[in-house]
Amino acid sequence: MFVGVDVGGTNTDAVLMDGNNLVGAAKLPTTGDVTSGIIDALTEVLKHLPGDGRVDAVMVGTTHFTNALLERRDLSPTGVVRLSLPATKLLPPLVDWPAPLKDAIGGLTYMVPGGHEFDGREISSLDRKEITSVIQDMRRQGVAAVAVSGVFSPVNTAHEEQAAAIIQEEAPEMRVTVSHENGRMGLLERENAAALNACLGDMARRTIQGIQQALRSLGLNARLYMSQNDGTLMDAEFASRYPVLTIASGPTNSMRGAAFLSGVRDGIVVDVGGTSTDVGALVKGFPREAAVAIELAGVRTNFRMPDVLSIPLGGGSVVDRDPLRIGPESVGYRLTEEALIFGGETLTTTDLAVAGGRVTLGDAAMVKGLEPSLVSQVLAEIQMRVETAIDRVKVSYGDMPVILVGGGSILVGDSLSGASEVLRPEHAGVANAIGAAIAQVGGQIERVYSLETTGREEAIADARAEAMNRAVAAGADASTVEVVDIEEVPLTYVPSNATRVRVKAVGDLAQQ
Amino acid sequence: MWTVLWQATEDSLESIAIGAGILGTGGGGNPYVGQLRAKQALKEWGPVTVLDPAELPEDSQVVCVGGIGAPTVGIEKVRDLQAYHALRAIEEFTGKKATALISNEIGGSNSVEPMIPASMSGLPVVDADGMGRAFPEFQMKTFFVYGVPCCPMAIADEKGNTVVIRETINPAWAERLARSLTVQMGCVACYAVTPMSADQVRRTAVLNTLTLARNLGDAVRESRLRGEDPLGAILETCPGKVLFSGKVVDLDRRTTAGFARGSVTIDGLDDYSGERMVIEFQNENLIARRDGEIVCTVPDLICAVATDLGEPVTTELMRYGLRITILGFPSPGLWTTPEGLAVAGPRAFGYDTDYSPLVV
Repeated sequence: MFVGVDVGGTNTDAVLMDGNNLVGAAKLPTTGDVTSGIIDALTEVLKHLPGDGRVDAVMVGTTHFTNALLERRDLSPTGVVRLSLPATKLLPPLVDWPAPLKDAIGGLTYMVPGGHEFDGREISSLDRKEITSVIQDMRRQGVAAVAVSGVFSPVNTAHEEQAAAIIQEEAPEMRVTVSHENGRMGLLERENAAALNACLGDMARRTIQGIQQALRSLGLNARLYMSQNDGTLMDAEFASRYPVLTIASGPTNSMRGAAFLSGVRDGIVVDVGGTSTDVGALVKGFPREAAVAIELAGVRTNFRMPDVLSIPLGGGSVVDRDPLRIGPESVGYRLTEEALIFGGETLTTTDLAVAGGRVTLGDAAMVKGLEPSLVSQVLAEIQMRVETAIDRVKVSYGDMPVILVGGGSILVGDSLSGASEVLRPEHAGVANAIGAAIAQVGGQIERVYSLETTGREEAIADARAEAMNRAVAAGADASTVEVVDIEEVPLTYVPSNATRVRVKAVGDLAQQ
Repeated sequence: MWTVLWQATEDSLESIAIGAGILGTGGGGNPYVGQLRAKQALKEWGPVTVLDPAELPEDSQVVCVGGIGAPTVGIEKVRDLQAYHALRAIEEFTGKKATALISNEIGGSNSVEPMIPASMSGLPVVDADGMGRAFPEFQMKTFFVYGVPCCPMAIADEKGNTVVIRETINPAWAERLARSLTVQMGCVACYAVTPMSADQVRRTAVLNTLTLARNLGDAVRESRLRGEDPLGAILETCPGKVLFSGKVVDLDRRTTAGFARGSVTIDGLDDYSGERMVIEFQNENLIARRDGEIVCTVPDLICAVATDLGEPVTTELMRYGLRITILGFPSPGLWTTPEGLAVAGPRAFGYDTDYSPLVV
């Protein structure tokens, strides 16, 4: 059996899954140390474990590392070393970071000779003496973590690997992140990701060790996996080295959970919370990835992240009558005190849903006096906003299934234009934890091919094989691995007909 | 010397990026790196004076600088100070110091490339450019249409390699030679080209475009702050008209011979409900058809902006479901003469149709 855990800002949810069956679920408050909240939730959910049952793996999704960045706490002193000279001098590493975050990690940056051209040639040779003197300076400044970035390292990884080896050899106490393992094309964004990863490293390692200890203290001899941004899993050891890959796992797990609960592989997930509604598209059971750069704690990155449209509309949204306005203000978690139906004095969207008969909740007598025209007008407006959001995230023309999850989904009526059907699955409150528990293991590759030397079909076959190998290396059962995404981006203006191919493969977690 | 028209600061660069995005008519690429570089230069070496072309001294030497290479390489091996080195090479070759610099196009990153060498060497930038929009090819500049020689042309990489092309038989040859050098240089380089007199600038450049780009960006930013309609603010700043408004329902994008070609289909919303617009592009938007009928063609400007925020939408960012409004602006007059249309009219891009000016 598998246990899925979602550590959110407010609650820690846990689910026990036997294959595709939900055996039990628990929801407990998140604790400051993360681990005791996990222990509480696990203790609760394991009461459902049959006598002969065994937990094979525990999958954890968390926003803990994201919050560390937002609050700028527990970050390691970090040095960023770019292999690029004489190129890229005008824009040093961390150039566009918010000053407080840059200061919080020490803000030490270096540029040295190295890096490659688009076709893999060296810009300049790596200079060991330069790197040694950088190491000496970093040691004087108390650096604990190092991010190494090289120009075109996704095309040619040699210099990043050599520089990392030199640092490990001369300063074994420093942890090194190399940029090509974390990101795609776009030097600044990939370097930013490497620097974020480096500064989170110590905290992530401590947190993950804490979770492992928690499992042991509960007598669980199970493998530990962490959820990644793209909805696939990585093992605990890998996650300790690449915590940055977990930072957007929340929306992904929610959408994957919704896909699982509804059985829909291609459709739209609408997650209505208290303050906002997240709408995203599922493609073959996975969230569609965003195509544009995503800022995280004010830092521009190009992670594989779900493309989620967030609109300021939820169950706690405040309704003004004159003129009519819905949100963006929300009473949030104070809904049960401030809404009319709970004896409060604020008119919220939930009050109107009750008045309109969409749901039975609180004291309906408190909203009896609302004019029917107001009720129908607000409910129609909510319906229209959700429909517009659905339309914006659609990947193609035509109606699609819509899956409604989240506590605020009572606001939304069953007839939605653009929806071929509207589904409200059971257990939607623990969709995130379920998303973690059912996650598959993935492998991805991105590489530039010159179509003059390699045929297009040969290039794609090469990339497919490499992506599938990577999925198996990450723990997937080879017989279940399939390619879920192929993206080909021809490099405009390059006469040699170069093309960038990105392939993602996923498979089920191999049984022990 | 001369009066300062305005000073380009880090804040004005934010506005220019939006304005140049609109005037870029879908081309010009990702503006992030170019804008960040220009900001960094201004931080390091100070603001840049923008100069009214009318105030250029008669004995001026105005040099056009820009970037050449692959945008997808430019986000990885980000450009450095190549434009400065190319400028120095032209000055040495001609034996004459530059008086001011000028942009080759007002669309995309190239609109601010001259800011970097200008800030470094304390030179002003002329309030004008060589296209008044963006075009896919180097030789499509008003300077060349009206007889300014392209050469000498200097190309520089970030390593210290600089080449001066002394003479070519036409601008197309200059672009051909420069492009093969650029590939060897690692696909990002900068050029300095076509040193001009004050009279040549005033006669052959599209004037006042840097101010226009800044004003467009200011208008969009201010309307957003006030919660007002950015489209109205854009049209108040630059006379033009709404051609269509709707959502993207199809996108056909392919790359041939180094250009992103294709079309985007938009289904009308609100006032345009039930109608459909198809825009054909080759890096830049070239032809707009409403229900099959041509309503705007190159060299008039066909600009896509996000309907809610007024943010320019380049062809790279185009995708299903986006709510966009298509704006049309009349072309600069230099492109609508027979000589101009021969280079930048619909027939020059392979369309079997004549140019019919947009009526605003």
